[in-house]
Amino acid sequence: MFPVRIDNLRYSPNGHPVLDGIDLHLGSDGITLVLGPNGAGKSMLLRVLCGLVEPCGGTIDWGGGVRPARGVMMVFQHPMMLRASVLENVALGLKPLGVSAPERQRSAMAVLERIGLAHRADDSARQLSGGEKQRLALARAWLTRPRLLLLDEPTASLDPSATAEVERIIREIRTDGTRILMVTHNLGQATRLGDDIVFISAGKVCEHTPTRRFFARPASEEARLFIQGELPWRMTF
Amino acid sequence: MFTSTFVDALALLATFDARVGEIVWLSLKVSGGAVVLGTFIGLPLGACLAVGRFRGKHVALVLLNGMMGLPSVVVGVVVYLFLSRSGPLGSFGLLYTPSAMVVAQTLLVVPLMAAISRQVVEDVWQRYAEELQVMCFSWWQSVTTLLYDCRHSLMVAVLAGLGRAMSEVGAVMIVGGNIDRSTRVMTTAIALETSKGDLPLAIALGVVLILLILGLNAFAFLLRQWAMQRYD
Repeated sequence: MFPVRIDNLRYSPNGHPVLDGIDLHLGSDGITLVLGPNGAGKSMLLRVLCGLVEPCGGTIDWGGGVRPARGVMMVFQHPMMLRASVLENVALGLKPLGVSAPERQRSAMAVLERIGLAHRADDSARQLSGGEKQRLALARAWLTRPRLLLLDEPTASLDPSATAEVERIIREIRTDGTRILMVTHNLGQATRLGDDIVFISAGKVCEHTPTRRFFARPASEEARLFIQGELPWRMTF
Repeated sequence: MFTSTFVDALALLATFDARVGEIVWLSLKVSGGAVVLGTFIGLPLGACLAVGRFRGKHVALVLLNGMMGLPSVVVGVVVYLFLSRSGPLGSFGLLYTPSAMVVAQTLLVVPLMAAISRQVVEDVWQRYAEELQVMCFSWWQSVTTLLYDCRHSLMVAVLAGLGRAMSEVGAVMIVGGNIDRSTRVMTTAIALETSKGDLPLAIALGVVLILLILGLNAFAFLLRQWAMQRYD
């Protein structure tokens, strides 16, 4: 499946380019943070990668093969919470894999213990806090042992302690062998978590560099302005 | 006359009149059976229509919504034709039996339950579709997951079906024949006793019918409140 090579990826609904020729190379290990202003195409890139959106042009090469159906998972900013217990919500991830119900529950309990939510296994998932919901969503994805995990702003609107807990779990998932591509607006988080940074602006990758170099010496003017909080919003009428 | 009719009706209820009890019990069996069948057919059918993408979906939805208002006498006549001795299902000998009444009522409640189910499930499907797709849920796995998630809201569909089944008179009259101690249910008995002038029995049955529907609605309301506190 790796390396994933993205060449000239385009997506233009109604003629408006959201992804305007994305080129990207993802190796088999690490956490890549995707940064960029609102409307840059970050989330759309994830949606194309996980197969939710069909690109208008360009190619994605999955290590010479086709995209593995169950090798890519995505955690959304507002994850789905069924009207069911925390345990049932986590176990849901294994349902399409044909795993038996008792085995699903056993595996879900094991992963809940790793994310520190085992004591809430029988509680309603909808009554969890925002941070706990994100941890549940990460657990649900982790349970399926994806090769590539796409995270769309999983810590947006979380307080610092909840953010720290989510980041701990993301590191654990990575240590477990999952490649992570994560969108964030939190520059502090990018420095804490990211091995490398992909900076996207106006549907294009402006630079893809190791985290330390990105913040010390951004190669593109857009990235420099973004870090300084001076990059103007992309206005399209 | 007016007051004495009510007093007589209440006396029938207070003394647990066996005739009333028999009719009520048969009504519950027939309508309950139709609603159980309607639940197993109508709710998944509605969910399939909500999730499915196929040509002619809009036509199917229009037909389904149109069938919600299907006149019960028309359903009765159609079922009668199928179950009558010369009909395609005549060999089963179901005409003028409670089974025929269950079949007719099931046909009446399925479109109603399916239409409500479709609306409820479609709202949730719009929110969950992408995540279920990412998790590689099959079409049928999505349907079962959504039905489970909407189970409390779908009580409305079940109640609507029960209300339609219990209050229906035309179809069961045609396919059941309103035979005493065999196929006489509350609605057909009320119609018959009123025409005969036996108003106390008609009113007693009417009171039971209303109390049953109110009781089931109250139970469903409490169950939904509990479920919302537990899961929402």
